[in-house]
Amino acid sequence: MTTLKPDAVVVGGGAAGMAAALELEKAGCSCVIVEREEGLGGILMQCAHAGFGLVEFDEELTGPEFAERFAEKVLASKVTVLDGATALELRDEGERKVLDCCSAKRGVVRIEARAVVLAMGCRERNRGNVRIPGSRPAGVYTAGLAQRLVNIEGVVPGRRVVVIGSGDIGLIMARRMSWIGAKVEAVVEILPYPSGLTRNIVQCLEDFGIPLYLGHQTTRIFGKDRVEGVEIAPLENGALDLSRARTIPCDTVLLSVGLVPENELSRGAGVELNPATGGPKVDSTLMTNVPGVFACGNVLHVHDLVDWVAEEARRAGAHAAAWLRGERPGPELRVKAGANVRYVAPVKVDLSRKNRVYFRSLAVLHGATLEARIDRRVVRKIRKGHVQPSEMQSIELGPEDFADLAEAGSDAVLEIALV
Amino acid sequence: MSGISDVLVIGAGVSGACVARRLSAYELDVVLVDREPDVSFGTSKANSGIVHGGFHHSGAKLKARLEIQGNLMFDRLKRELDFPFERCGIVVAALHDEEMRAIEQLHRQGLENGAVGIEMCSRERILELEPALGPEVVGGLHAPGGGIVEPYRFVFAVVESALKNGVALRTGFKAVRAERVGEIWRVHAEDGRAIDARWVVNAAGLYADEVSALFGAEDFAIKPRKGEYYLLDRAARAKPRKVVFPVPSANSKGMLVIPTVEGTVLVGPTADDVGDKGDFGTTRERLERILASARSLVPAVSEADVIASFAGLRPVSGDDFYIDLSARAPNLVQVAGIQSPGLTASPAIGEYVKDLLKKGGLRLVEKASYDPFLEPKPRVRETDAFGIDRLVAEDPAYGNIVCRCERVSEAEIVAAIRAGHDTLDGIKYFTRAQMGRCQGGFCTYRIVKIIMRETGKDWDEVTKRGGASRLVEGEL
Amino acid sequence: MERDLVCVVCPMSCALKVRLGEDGTVLTSGNRCPRGARYAAEEFLDPRRVVSATARIRGADAPGRGEVGAVARVPVRTAGPFPRERIAELLEAVYALEVALPVRRGQVLIPDALGTGVDLIATRSLPFPPAGA
Repeated sequence: MTTLKPDAVVVGGGAAGMAAALELEKAGCSCVIVEREEGLGGILMQCAHAGFGLVEFDEELTGPEFAERFAEKVLASKVTVLDGATALELRDEGERKVLDCCSAKRGVVRIEARAVVLAMGCRERNRGNVRIPGSRPAGVYTAGLAQRLVNIEGVVPGRRVVVIGSGDIGLIMARRMSWIGAKVEAVVEILPYPSGLTRNIVQCLEDFGIPLYLGHQTTRIFGKDRVEGVEIAPLENGALDLSRARTIPCDTVLLSVGLVPENELSRGAGVELNPATGGPKVDSTLMTNVPGVFACGNVLHVHDLVDWVAEEARRAGAHAAAWLRGERPGPELRVKAGANVRYVAPVKVDLSRKNRVYFRSLAVLHGATLEARIDRRVVRKIRKGHVQPSEMQSIELGPEDFADLAEAGSDAVLEIALV
Repeated sequence: MSGISDVLVIGAGVSGACVARRLSAYELDVVLVDREPDVSFGTSKANSGIVHGGFHHSGAKLKARLEIQGNLMFDRLKRELDFPFERCGIVVAALHDEEMRAIEQLHRQGLENGAVGIEMCSRERILELEPALGPEVVGGLHAPGGGIVEPYRFVFAVVESALKNGVALRTGFKAVRAERVGEIWRVHAEDGRAIDARWVVNAAGLYADEVSALFGAEDFAIKPRKGEYYLLDRAARAKPRKVVFPVPSANSKGMLVIPTVEGTVLVGPTADDVGDKGDFGTTRERLERILASARSLVPAVSEADVIASFAGLRPVSGDDFYIDLSARAPNLVQVAGIQSPGLTASPAIGEYVKDLLKKGGLRLVEKASYDPFLEPKPRVRETDAFGIDRLVAEDPAYGNIVCRCERVSEAEIVAAIRAGHDTLDGIKYFTRAQMGRCQGGFCTYRIVKIIMRETGKDWDEVTKRGGASRLVEGEL
Repeated sequence: MERDLVCVVCPMSCALKVRLGEDGTVLTSGNRCPRGARYAAEEFLDPRRVVSATARIRGADAPGRGEVGAVARVPVRTAGPFPRERIAELLEAVYALEVALPVRRGQVLIPDALGTGVDLIATRSLPFPPAGA
């Protein structure tokens, strides 16, 4: 068994892991990336559609283009990349964190580092998670698996498709399936509003005349060997109206029903998770409750733009480097989700500097105002206009916002609310 | 097909597999056939995976006797065959005082049957044994001899052992006609194959009635009784230490909370008679019922932890096993109606059928070369870092983790394919790949490509479970 | 002729009504900002999309059957927005391509596709990193 002893190990070589590793290297820290797939890039490599990099590069790139730009920098740097390597276990041994990973090329490699950046990304929720009953025929795929099959393996999953869930990957796959000659019969969304971006509704569904059934639940998938169809019924005030149930014949079902941060490795190391996000609870430096273990990107909370993933990951990398230099955050204030806010990340802000807090709304709101309050006292008010759960929001708060904190008391809480 | 076999076993579920393996200890030419593309694809693939405690059935019944005998055989089988089995114990939880009367009855029955270590429990005692139980529990029964087993892995291991000892396996063999040719049976399959045998064992599970009819034997009906289940993530908060039963009702043992050998949690099954032997569909109402029922026993059961739902069909025929020499057809043994506790009883069924064949006139000569042991197979999931490093040194494919959720390596998947499990479901049951929390979302394409590489199949020839269950249409 | 459009410029998702005025200008209502009017005019007169697809790899360069981890197709896109009405035609041309390896990100695979002035480019380097990079 080989042992490596870098300053930091980054788990995951997608957008988050690459951005964090580059930042660590820039700060002079030695760093190893452990990546499960052959090559860097992660899930971006199967995202053949354009729409990445508007913030990062001011260009509309595809996933592989975005990823390769980062990968080139990583390969040109002193960062060590262990790819094709699966992380087996992460242990917190105080000063030292131990990550074991295995690959066909190198066997088991033990990495002993003083800092860890978790950047494992997320996984798709599946049929079981959303409990769609019926039979279990072939032809039921998560949208991401179908995306892999079409865009990298070059195969056609099926000819008549129903997409369940209107998340962006589902919408993009509806267009992809249309573009490879399949017929997309419907997109079925349980919520009364789409989960994906309006732009994708227009360009992925309306361009192709694909019907979108909002407020409809999939009550059954049927078919013996291969999918033969789905049954859907509308929801009226939360109750299924089975009298208006309908059957849609199809041979393929794609599921786009949400993403979950993949934190099994983190859990094993004693990292505490936030039930609202499924990701770690992190402080103002994106550090988890385990000192020296940081998290960023989709493993922290599910983002909708890779550009924000890269932004957050750079901060995680920089904070991890600062931690390695012995720097510690100043006094912190707890942050919590207030009215109409599903979650906030991180859950602490540093009073002595500028902080960026990401959050999502709980519902579609028109004419919303964002309020940052400390113990009910509004310290910042921003008119947001239209907000929806599918679009992540952020707010920057700095020392000026915390000026009067002395009055608030030591157990003060910063609340982010939409009113 | 040349030559005449001594025994043809129809049905490679747990019963047929155990019969075939038992017979493989003798100088006999045995053929095991199944209509499905792989073994264990019927009732044996979707059940509770429990080695029962010997208290649910009256000792007057054959199934009660075989359950007790079968239960006691599992430790030895585990040593021989290296499959996941754990004697974790069973509790039956009473939720009010009236149910305690039923518990007393079960306790008496268990004692009469000879169930080892069975114990009546006070509220305190049962909560001590099983802290996951809810506060409403008033007491219950403890059967320390009960356990959990991975049902398909058990069948795979039994079949592998049978094959090792000379049994021939024919999958995709759907018997459609049987004719008497002199002293032998000639059994024809739908695809034109035929097998000649002196004896036939009908262990066809859901189809045992139809197979019986092919031989002009006893007229009985197998009625499928559906059981739906939810599978919970291995990180689920609701993980009991022991199998948790409610107090049973007239036609079923009720819905259980089962800590599986592999660390996940299974809740279910329902019990509903259905008309169609191919109806494996789940329904929302029943799945909701499972959750409600499971929560009444173990309150931490949460829909948030669900990773899959599925249904199995029990082959019901009367209220006891029907295992006997046919009175109407010569040289035929009926092994029918093997519903719960069929898995527990299966090793004893093998023994019992062997004795019936002997009684019927089959000559049994012990085979000197019989080897009951299987070489344990390395599994990355069960190996520590140093061990994995050694495995990779032997075969780099052990270092390539294909299924991340259940940690299954490429080497294990290749081994499964080489052992004949070349459908996605076959590989799933054999290796657990695709069985974890992502349910194949990440690894399906990799497994398909490994199947293609190993078998030379094309994209559109790889199936989920044979037949028309192909995964993709073909290349772009 | 009046058309209903949903504005995709920002998340407000304004419901736009668009029609052609007598003088040939595009008249838009329902927009809450000038960007909406600009989007409406483009979408009404000349709707364009960035088209992405994948192209076949030339036989000799393509990975073998069941080669796990191998990439079977080259991802491609139009270098800029492409006329929506001609996407089907473009895709036919893309699916007829046989790309020889190595291929570099940004390499033009179809210059001036269908005479639109828009190039089709590869969006991934195979192999990566390219030799000599």
